[in-house]
Amino acid sequence: MELSKETIRKMIESVKMTRDEELTCGHCYDELDRFIEMKLNDKHPEEALPLVQEHLDRCPACREEYEVLLEALKSMTE
Amino acid sequence: MQTRTNEEWLNDLRGQNQDQAIEDLRSVLKRGLTFALSSRIKTDLEAQVDDFIQDAILRILDKMDTFRGESQFTTWAQKVAVRVAFTELRRQRWKDISLEDLIPEDSGDFTPLVLADPSPDPEKQATQTLLSEMIETMLNEDLTERQRTALLAILQGGMPIEEVARRMDTNRNALYKLLHDARKQMRNRLLEKGLTPEEVLEAFESG
Repeated sequence: MELSKETIRKMIESVKMTRDEELTCGHCYDELDRFIEMKLNDKHPEEALPLVQEHLDRCPACREEYEVLLEALKSMTE
Repeated sequence: MQTRTNEEWLNDLRGQNQDQAIEDLRSVLKRGLTFALSSRIKTDLEAQVDDFIQDAILRILDKMDTFRGESQFTTWAQKVAVRVAFTELRRQRWKDISLEDLIPEDSGDFTPLVLADPSPDPEKQATQTLLSEMIETMLNEDLTERQRTALLAILQGGMPIEEVARRMDTNRNALYKLLHDARKQMRNRLLEKGLTPEEVLEAFESG
């Protein structure tokens, strides 16, 4: 099969972001409501919950859900 | 609609005010989810959102004991609704696509495209060819077949992790751990060869 340069870049980028200890998708999900309320209140969740931020940075599926949840919650406060 | 504390939501959803509480929750979830999904769903948005929320409310009632009270109840409930929606949207989007469609098992070997993508800089092209052959070897020799399949389905095929997990008869968490192990293995192998990921990425920069 063909391994494109783009795939190689994505693969090595994911290796670069690898840490010995990472949250799984389930752990990230458990913390997501707390994380997102901190975000909505400008309380810098990336500092308080850095492992959640790191997971969101490396997991496209969790990040997509986070972004949509953020949009949904913002619409509730407008 | 009345404003409720977390405790009031839990009490009402469990007690004699359940019907009204469910309707109020439905209204809250519908407003947020409709807005957030409007750019992603082009047809039958309202009907699809209604279906998602119906399933989400059942899930919320079933999982209410797991709510830890670390956020507003409605934030937690909206999180459940978003998960329900994406699980279904991804299932629909990928329903006719198998792992074999994404990763054809032709020769069993990888053919790096670098050779077919001439760089204006011959030295850079040579470096890319060497590195891509090394990465190909790492994939074939250092990762298990399941690790390789999952990694390529996600990175090359663009399939979401839970859809890959479904096709591999596992779950999202277990697959994440499998991929985490694969990434650590690749990182260690690069380091053994005296390379950092940054150096490899630099070699594959455009130009």
